[in-house]
Amino acid sequence: MSQKVLLSATEINIILHRLACQLLENHLDFSNTVLIGIQPRGTFVAERLEKILREEYKVKHIDVGFLDITFYRDDFRRGDKTLEATATKINFLIEDKNVVLIDDVLYTGRSINAALTALQSFGRPKDVELLALIDRRFSRHLPIQPNYRGRQVDAINDEKVKVLWKENDGKDVIYLINK
Amino acid sequence: MSELSVNHLLGIKYLKESDIQLIFETADHFKEVINRSIKKVPSLRDITIANIFFENSTRTKLSFELAEKRLSADVINFSAGQSSVKKGETLIDTVNNILSMKVDMVVMRHPNPGAGIFLSKHVNAAIVNAGDGAHEHPTQALLDSYSIREKLGDVANKNVVIVGDILHSRVALSNILALKLQGANVKVCGPKTLIPKYIESLGVEVETDLVNALNWCDVANMLRIQNERLDISYFPTTREYTQQFGVNKKLLNSLGKEIVIMHPGPINRGVEITSDVADSKQSIILNQVENGVAIRMAVIYLLASKIK
Repeated sequence: MSQKVLLSATEINIILHRLACQLLENHLDFSNTVLIGIQPRGTFVAERLEKILREEYKVKHIDVGFLDITFYRDDFRRGDKTLEATATKINFLIEDKNVVLIDDVLYTGRSINAALTALQSFGRPKDVELLALIDRRFSRHLPIQPNYRGRQVDAINDEKVKVLWKENDGKDVIYLINK
Repeated sequence: MSELSVNHLLGIKYLKESDIQLIFETADHFKEVINRSIKKVPSLRDITIANIFFENSTRTKLSFELAEKRLSADVINFSAGQSSVKKGETLIDTVNNILSMKVDMVVMRHPNPGAGIFLSKHVNAAIVNAGDGAHEHPTQALLDSYSIREKLGDVANKNVVIVGDILHSRVALSNILALKLQGANVKVCGPKTLIPKYIESLGVEVETDLVNALNWCDVANMLRIQNERLDISYFPTTREYTQQFGVNKKLLNSLGKEIVIMHPGPINRGVEITSDVADSKQSIILNQVENGVAIRMAVIYLLASKIK
């Protein structure tokens, strides 16, 4: 197993700022926009973006929610392990809102498909956009593309993209791991 | 540890402490789901579940059926009253006939202790015991412990007294096993005639004085006198039972501390507890019912994920 650094902490920070600006450009004051981080690891991206928007771009209020997709996944009973759930925290209605789904790595698109189904339990959004920090090109199983992408990578199927966060793993870094 | 150590839920006896924790953690997520405006998830859309009830049940059956439907499973119901069982069919034949229709899981209540265990050895489906005679009622015990955990934060080191007919109660046995497994202290209280001889071997103490028991406990689980199972007279009259083992508001107020009141239902109001106790804010009886659906969703989800 070998691993190489795909993005360093500085690069991640620059990319997060760019993504925040792109969100601002389209959603201005976020009065009708909600950010939804997909559990378990999209939530870190969502929280970072919210922090940047609030502290550096003075957006007064942004609704941020966490969505667990375990019970909506299409691979139930198909793997060896029981799919373990994490918490959903969405304390607002998404009816008629602009929803930005946020995940760390976009790979096959199946998680996003499950997230779109899961979202239906919380109302009918006005529209849904997708933000992915890392977009793994050429590996999609479904016709799903991000509206905002941090970095596009060409990773072959044996490789894995691993995103670490300071608040959870001690440092900000993204690795490309060759199994 | 992210999956159950068992393929069937036949009794608490077969579970490990980590299984109980996994069920509780999963139930937490399902509790959030059933409090949404859209209360359904599609996880079990390719699973078919048969609810086979050889004994009367209202709330357990409704709770299981609702849990299954909230998980999007296909559900078929079977009650012995309207079936070929009356014509002499054996248990294995009945269940195998149902399984031939491509059923993946069987939820069964049966008057004979061990019916679920017997079935699990002879048929190819995941079995959930929804009560087997006076033996076990595992999902009830799980939802009781879950409700204690929700109310008091933890089950370990809590003092729990189970009051009533311990001898005929599957709820009592499953509860004792589950509570002990999680490190709670358990006492049973009731007429001596309704307390099994070797109950101490389960690590519980017997207390025949209700006031002492209530003064000791954090939680009192009040069981119903199961008149339908009492073949002989175990106590003189219901009135005398109520005087010695019934809980009323006056008694509760005299304790000098606030204990939690539980009841697995159905309540005989005025016998084991009075209405003002059942409806008081110390009572978590209706929380138990709500938690029952979440716990059963968790059990079914975790067992179904092991069906290959």
